[in-house]
Amino acid sequence: MKEGKISLEEVKHIAKLARLRLSENEEELMTHQLNNILLYMEKLNELDTSNIEPMHHAVEQVNVMRDDKLKPSLSSEKALSNAPQQNGVFFVVPKVL
Amino acid sequence: MEYEAVIGLEVHAQLLTETKIFCGCSTKFGAEPNTNVCPVCLGMPGVLPVVNRKVVDFAIKLAIATNCSIASVSRFARKNYFYPDLPKGYQISQYKLPIAENGWIDVEVGGNVRRIRIRRIHMEEDAGKLIHDEHQPMSYVDFNRAGVPLLEIVSEPDIRTPEEAALYLKALRDIVVYLGICDGNMEEGSFRCDANVSLRPIGSRELGVKTELKNMNSFRNVQRALEFEIRRQRALLERGERITQETRLWDAAKGVTIGMRAKEEEHDYRYFPDPDLVPIVIDKAWIEKMRKTIPELPNEKRRRFAEEYGLPEKDIEILISDRSLADYFEETVRYFNNPKMVSNWILSELLRELNRSNCSPSNCPVSPQNLAQLLELIDNGTISGKIAKTVFEEMYSSGKKASDIVKERGLKQVADEGLLEQIIEEVIRSHPTEVERYCRGEVKLMGFFVGQIMKRTQGKANPKLVNEILSNKLKNSQQG
Repeated sequence: MKEGKISLEEVKHIAKLARLRLSENEEELMTHQLNNILLYMEKLNELDTSNIEPMHHAVEQVNVMRDDKLKPSLSSEKALSNAPQQNGVFFVVPKVL
Repeated sequence: MEYEAVIGLEVHAQLLTETKIFCGCSTKFGAEPNTNVCPVCLGMPGVLPVVNRKVVDFAIKLAIATNCSIASVSRFARKNYFYPDLPKGYQISQYKLPIAENGWIDVEVGGNVRRIRIRRIHMEEDAGKLIHDEHQPMSYVDFNRAGVPLLEIVSEPDIRTPEEAALYLKALRDIVVYLGICDGNMEEGSFRCDANVSLRPIGSRELGVKTELKNMNSFRNVQRALEFEIRRQRALLERGERITQETRLWDAAKGVTIGMRAKEEEHDYRYFPDPDLVPIVIDKAWIEKMRKTIPELPNEKRRRFAEEYGLPEKDIEILISDRSLADYFEETVRYFNNPKMVSNWILSELLRELNRSNCSPSNCPVSPQNLAQLLELIDNGTISGKIAKTVFEEMYSSGKKASDIVKERGLKQVADEGLLEQIIEEVIRSHPTEVERYCRGEVKLMGFFVGQIMKRTQGKANPKLVNEILSNKLKNSQQG
């Protein structure tokens, strides 16, 4: 299935990167739906934007910054409290190398 | 076939801010695990990062110091990947529109200046730290480092030898340390370097397949790793084999690089602009404000020290390797205008004591003014250079002034000719055999006589006078 903007292979690849487990049906459905979305977005290319500055952000604000001042941190107890697995000091995860 | 290496370096410099790049947690190293953390740096849902202004200040400073052009509009992007040291599932970094691009650093290689271009400098957050359990299939995560600000400095592949790579790295380290934006400690990981290296036939313009080297925690290791990797790639190419594009880890103990098996997908980061952070707009006024805070940089200082003080290159390299040591030197010369003598003393006696007590020049118990006074005492003949070393040690441990120590311990040099003559005659009289041997041509016995005289004066005899009088007396006994 290689129609339009995105292939089934690409959908599988993206799903893998996003750690999503999709069934074969879902993979096809996603490919179809993503293609529709991307084709719809194609419409925007019909506009001539050659003289328009690219927009950097959806809001007009820039330079929202803070001073380099300490703020209280969480206690480790609190920090760890939502973790699926922890040992009172560290977050515990399956071994990675 | 002759090959040349093509090397580019990626350096991560941890910034000396009080707080993290997007939240107010402390960046202090060595805190209890998971105590310098908050909902922002733990990647909790619904929180918003806010940029630490100082990180941008520091990036502008480095951009100026490395001749980069600074982006008038810069923005943050998300680099997406899954790894347990990354709580959000993405690292906030910069992709398009990094804060600075197109700079350079000049390094001197074997008397020639090589210009290494800098492709880009960008701001990003550090990841957490993983500790692997040796016995159980588990890893432990400490997020204290997650969100600590980094500047990544990417060079163009302009470097041709491992030596050049080490020199470029050292020059960059000196700059960040002089700017006071990073402590430059490679062993502790606050200044880290990855290297991309490939080979190509000399004369070729095309690039060969590269490997990326990681895990080199000293200048020497960067050089050694590159030397090994160049040898390895050359051997493969000479056998007609292909280089695999991969990441390789440097094993300092074994002196080899080892390939890491990597999945192809790993480097598909799907960068996109971070909607949580608004663009950073930098105007001329901001840049000028930062420019005013930039001290004299190592290269300028190197040139000036050669011109102004006429010091040998070796002295200059050591003096400017530490800004506070260079300042100490200049301050001392201000009080005692003999740069070479000051440099000799700093490089030998002072550095030895500083290293022994693990002290920085700015906290040295002997002030530049006091060191200058000691040198003055040598220069005007009050004490000998040898005695001065003892005096210096006492100055260092007690913080006393040179003149006080000389007075208290009666170390003033014996420059009384009558007294010296008397002592010298005594020495000659009590060693007739040596005098005879000397007269028969064993001139090296001169040292023996000087030693005896110094012993009798507790080292305080003026060496110049001793030599004069002794030579004369010995000559006389030769004739007599």
